[in-house]
Amino acid sequence: MRPGFVRGAPYFMASIDAPAAPSRLGRILRQVGATLITLLITFVGLLAVTFIISRVVPIDPVMSILGERATEAQIAETRTKLGLDRPLWMQFGIYVNDALHGDLGTSIRTKKPVVAEIARYFPATLELSTLATIIGVIIGIPAGVLAATKPGSLLDQAVRLIGLMGYSMPVFWLGLIGLLLFYGQLGWVSGPGRLDAAFDMTMQFELTQYTGMILIDTALNGQWDMFANAVSHIILPASLLGYLSMAYISRMTRSFMMNELGQEYITTARVKGMPERRVIWVHALKNVMVPLITVVALSYAFLLEGAVLTETIFAWPGLGRYITDALLVADMPAVLGGTVVVGAVYIGINMVSDLLYRLADPRAR
Amino acid sequence: MKFDPIRRGFGVAAVAALMLGAAPAALFAATPADTLVIAEAIDDIVSLDPGEAYEFSGLDLVNNTYDGLVEIDPTTLAMMPGLAESWSVADDGVTYTFKMKAGLTFASGNPVRAEDAAYSLQRAVKINKTPAFILNQFGWTADNVDSMITAKDDVLTLKVDKPYAPTFLYNCLTAGVASIVDAETVKTHDVGGDMGNAWLHENTAGTGAYILKSFKPNEGYVLEARPGYWRGDAKIAKIYMTHVPEAATERLQLEKGDIDIARTLTPVDIAGMAGNADVKIQQDVGGQVYYLAFNQKNEQYKNAKFLDAMRWAVDYQGMADTIMKGTVVVHQSFLPQGYLGALDDQPYKLDIAKAKQLVADSGIKDPKVVLSVRNAADRMDVAQSIQNTFGQAGITVELKTGEGAEQLKEYRARQHDATLQTWGPDYPDPNTNSSTFAENPDNSDAANNTGYLAWRNAYDPGEMTAMSKAAVLERDPDKRKAMYEEIEKKHRETSPFILMFQQARNTGLRAGVQGFYTGGAIDAAAYWLVTK
Repeated sequence: MRPGFVRGAPYFMASIDAPAAPSRLGRILRQVGATLITLLITFVGLLAVTFIISRVVPIDPVMSILGERATEAQIAETRTKLGLDRPLWMQFGIYVNDALHGDLGTSIRTKKPVVAEIARYFPATLELSTLATIIGVIIGIPAGVLAATKPGSLLDQAVRLIGLMGYSMPVFWLGLIGLLLFYGQLGWVSGPGRLDAAFDMTMQFELTQYTGMILIDTALNGQWDMFANAVSHIILPASLLGYLSMAYISRMTRSFMMNELGQEYITTARVKGMPERRVIWVHALKNVMVPLITVVALSYAFLLEGAVLTETIFAWPGLGRYITDALLVADMPAVLGGTVVVGAVYIGINMVSDLLYRLADPRAR
Repeated sequence: MKFDPIRRGFGVAAVAALMLGAAPAALFAATPADTLVIAEAIDDIVSLDPGEAYEFSGLDLVNNTYDGLVEIDPTTLAMMPGLAESWSVADDGVTYTFKMKAGLTFASGNPVRAEDAAYSLQRAVKINKTPAFILNQFGWTADNVDSMITAKDDVLTLKVDKPYAPTFLYNCLTAGVASIVDAETVKTHDVGGDMGNAWLHENTAGTGAYILKSFKPNEGYVLEARPGYWRGDAKIAKIYMTHVPEAATERLQLEKGDIDIARTLTPVDIAGMAGNADVKIQQDVGGQVYYLAFNQKNEQYKNAKFLDAMRWAVDYQGMADTIMKGTVVVHQSFLPQGYLGALDDQPYKLDIAKAKQLVADSGIKDPKVVLSVRNAADRMDVAQSIQNTFGQAGITVELKTGEGAEQLKEYRARQHDATLQTWGPDYPDPNTNSSTFAENPDNSDAANNTGYLAWRNAYDPGEMTAMSKAAVLERDPDKRKAMYEEIEKKHRETSPFILMFQQARNTGLRAGVQGFYTGGAIDAAAYWLVTK
């Protein structure tokens, strides 16, 4: 038990006793500086590891591009054009320099800048994973809390069973069954893709695409029919990924809460006659927020990597499929670029969850 | 941080409302009447530049946005005049003249001139992308192509380096690489001397039935019909191609009516749709052939009896009926059905006793084959069947699996022992396969003739090289046909290749869709004749 932790009062006092402004500013600057340096080192480390892996794999990108009929002259020319004839350290130096200038190279296969391609694929993944995470949090946390309050009850068993199913069922199978049932049989949702063909063409040729996220773009364009269509397309993959995320979040919430409800301060609160609802939903839940933030952040970051199988089944043009497709044809600039973005997402989410810790737990301030 | 259960309640209600609101929209999903919605795995597209496109999906798009001097009628697969009205070959056998059709225009409105045709062919040779070799066969190189291909008024003159069979040139001119581009438009998009290659990656400048409205790699493309197409206006105004890599997903979409055509269906999906009156299946063949090849750097593969033993140890029909059901037909010669001179007979079948006897006769003790296989499910299935039947015949097969590009590298470097491969013809002329399977002008390592499959397997076809070279010069079509038949027979009886299958294609269509032609083994798909 943390000493003096009752109803959050000592935290509040601590913030009043905070040191004077200049030294606090200094501390914040130091923290930001340290974070930036860590960030830079992490990035370069990430680039180095990915780069080395991409160069030692026994896949020749030149063969992937040119295919079976290529002549030796064409192979040599392409090798020179891609800079693959230079020493490895020089290739890496050029790559890091370009990456730090916002240039992740050109996709070998599509011959488009990797940055532009990721800018096209990432919003699709961002939209899907954000919605999935919202679903996961909205259902997962209350389910976990309720299960923890009545361990062994029917509700608890149900939460655990549903969680276990989410853990163990292959997402590929779940996706296909989901499509078969909700799209094929019941017709409740639209099929694969982000919009129906007609709407997609309107979107492409007549409307402004502000963010690349269809829900937001259709809303900003005031196209509510199209918005509804986009929702009907996204809801099934989002629910599916949301279910997986919910399974994880509810299990973790349950275990954190059970631990928390056994603490002495909870007994104290109950002895003092505090309503049970307040004990659980305010005091106990507040204290599991810190580990829960990590759980949610991890689950969100995982989804943002792009769920390859889900994206394949739902013909969803997302980051996971982009990276996987690139990998299969040894399009290394695209793979490296995608990996850097995923790395950046992890770092970004870490930073945000750091920030949230500080909001949730004053000791971290 | 506070968690308010009441607010949470609002969240749930909002999601539920969104789901309910979306449901009616989903119920009425159907394809628009003026748009043909096609689902296919189109991630093979490398470029839309006709001088570079060389993959099935890319060539489909090129076929619908460009035309060549000579075209193929999608309904009969017969050769027909394209942008050239007529053509002739001079007595010297090396000078061809093509008279251009009058009054045709590109999508830009520019007239189609002989200069455009000359520029297009010269350009394809000069940018020297993968399909350039189809044109290089006529002796055209970046250095001489400007003098070999010339235009004056409405006449295009092509000079070739040898008196080839005229059909050989005409057939090659139907390939995507010989498509005619709008020279004036392309020239305005030249970047650093690339002859518009970067721009044509995702734009079109042709005379075809459609123009490209948008292209998103790995996602799809949209084509829009242009009025006044010389073969008659396209029946459907827009083509909406969507990249759907998963066959089961395509099947669902087709059955629900969200797409009109599904092109990546598996035999399981085909069987699953039987009895559904809303959809129909159209079957035809593609040009790809499946073969086993044995590297003659290993002496055992020079033993005629042993090669014969292996030919009798493959369960051709069994595989075609089970693991490869619906995706292949048994085919035992290197020219696919539909090609001039293709042999459709099937002299070999699984005969373990005969194979065993031949192994014994060969004098090879405990023969072992290391078979390189691409790590794709269908290839693995075939390899395992071969492992099994070869095993019964007393031949031990060790499978060596790997990624496709890696295996290709090994194959091209003649480092494999045996390999399971496919080969797709490059243009609708028998020379495309005859030259690679049955010719090997120099079998030395130094020659590095990777373009010849015979060379890759260190196989010296002997007199077949000369026979194949003679066939491409034979000007009498009937004689030419007989020559290829003779080469194929000899090849399948003596070479270290075992031809097993030809690709079969299954296209799923909504019941109302008519007039979709895939191009069979020799051409690409045609969208402009489709109605629904």
